[in-house]
Amino acid sequence: MKISELRPELTLIADWIENGSKVLDLGCGDGAFLAALREEKQVIGYGIEIDTDNIKACIDHSVNVIQSNIDDGLNDFEDDSFDYVIMSQTIQAVHHPHETIDDMLRVGGQGIITFPNMGNWKCRLQLALGKMPVTKHLPHSWYDTPNIHMCTVKDFDGLCRTRNISILERATLNAQHEKIIGMPLFPNLRAEIAVYKINQSLS
Amino acid sequence: MKHDKNKESIGIVSPETCVIHEPLSLDSGETLESYEICYETYGTLNSARTNAVLICHALSGDHHAAGYNQIDDRKPGWWDNCIGPNRPLDTNKFFVVCPNNLGGCGGSTGPLSKNPSSGKSYGPDFPIVTVRDWVESQAKLADELRIESWAAVMGGSLGGMQALQWSVAYPNRVRNAIVIAAASKLSTQNIAFNEISRQAILADPNFNNGHYNEKNTAPTDGLKLARMIGHMTYLSDDGLRAKFGRERTDKNTSFSFGAEFEVESYLQYQGDAFVNRFDANTYLLMTRALDYFDPAQNHDDDLRKTMASASARFLVVSFSSDWRFSPARSREIVRSLLYSNKDVSYCEIESEFGHDSFLLPIPDYHQILAKYFRGICI
Repeated sequence: MKISELRPELTLIADWIENGSKVLDLGCGDGAFLAALREEKQVIGYGIEIDTDNIKACIDHSVNVIQSNIDDGLNDFEDDSFDYVIMSQTIQAVHHPHETIDDMLRVGGQGIITFPNMGNWKCRLQLALGKMPVTKHLPHSWYDTPNIHMCTVKDFDGLCRTRNISILERATLNAQHEKIIGMPLFPNLRAEIAVYKINQSLS
Repeated sequence: MKHDKNKESIGIVSPETCVIHEPLSLDSGETLESYEICYETYGTLNSARTNAVLICHALSGDHHAAGYNQIDDRKPGWWDNCIGPNRPLDTNKFFVVCPNNLGGCGGSTGPLSKNPSSGKSYGPDFPIVTVRDWVESQAKLADELRIESWAAVMGGSLGGMQALQWSVAYPNRVRNAIVIAAASKLSTQNIAFNEISRQAILADPNFNNGHYNEKNTAPTDGLKLARMIGHMTYLSDDGLRAKFGRERTDKNTSFSFGAEFEVESYLQYQGDAFVNRFDANTYLLMTRALDYFDPAQNHDDDLRKTMASASARFLVVSFSSDWRFSPARSREIVRSLLYSNKDVSYCEIESEFGHDSFLLPIPDYHQILAKYFRGICI
């Protein structure tokens, strides 16, 4: 699969990744993204997955994959051993998102994180009507959802501020998962998916 | 778990013997002036000689990994569920070579062979061999077979250690290393279990300092006990409970020490079957080779430095209930490979069958092996 045929957020992330860099993808799924990055951007990639069927799919793609639980930390990886550590649509399912982000920025120069934005107007409307939001991208009921740490664009900005994390890039995708072009108005209200590129501030 | 009856075995196979006249300098300082390696092959070597896979056996294994030697053999080779046409290691694609290790009792030069300097069998005088010695001898076999590089070297347990050793000793001759239920060195507990097994053999009055064959006897009680101890450690508590529970061979409690629980009778059976096919001196040698393996020893005890010279792609596999070669030991190997950007994939297979899992046709495990082998270019 080509980069252009992947989920729009992944196409967007690929634009942020330099050719020939070293990438760690947390929750890499079937490895199609890493395989595409290898083919088109000569990336040296490793994936982390917990699911055995996804491990098999990665091996089918000849993608390096390590079976591991992200919640156990990234202890197999040395400090500063990657250019980028990516976590797409996974942060909301980890037990301690702030610790995972710290670990990402320990291992990688830059972190790239995408998450479903709970601040989106559709979610707000459902909450206003007194119910936990259930949307196309958050299809689970409150009692069986793996998504235990939902946040909004504003929340994530706040986390970065308090933990001295710099936001290098931010993009938002609308309901059609098209990139919202230019300086978006009310991103926290309109974005369904938020995509961040971050690093640890030196100051 | 039964074999998939739809998939056919490789069929009848015959071992071959390769005589190597070049002296082999062993880690111990001793030299084998010449030696024989007994091996089996499955599949066909392609004309470019690029499709060869080396299988390294574990403690109690031998060269008979797949197929049947005789039409009326009750059981096939020890890894028959994995090697054959349309099996995970597909002999339609690959040419598989499985040698018996030096010091073994399956046909390669070992304690049962004739010592040229005395005219009698080596017995306890066979030098202690190491994983490195085995790999050196296997490299000579590869030369004889005119196999310049292996598409893959694969092994479980002690076999996985040989695959690791190959990858650092001959980086240009190993394109893929498949290291299963292994470790880069034994844990203290593992060495202790080996010592208990050895003491069982050494304490047998029939051991005669290893010269038992000359006296027409054998330390069968000691070897049987060694095997029973080993066998228990290769299984898991949950696996044993599921298989035997507290089932009795007889409903009546006998208030004696006979094999009254099913697990006791199973152990007796396993022990008896083992002593009929295995040599005690070989058992001692094999456990010592396990103890001594530690390739990081010459690299400041830093496995990362050891593995830096490897150029193979790696597949590392562990099993959740394996407490002799636990997943943590496999993770150490993975970590050392990640350090120098080696291509590596790692999988921990869910299984209740302990260390022995690597010999079983567990679907996830075999699917991963099959997919990995399918991805190997020849």
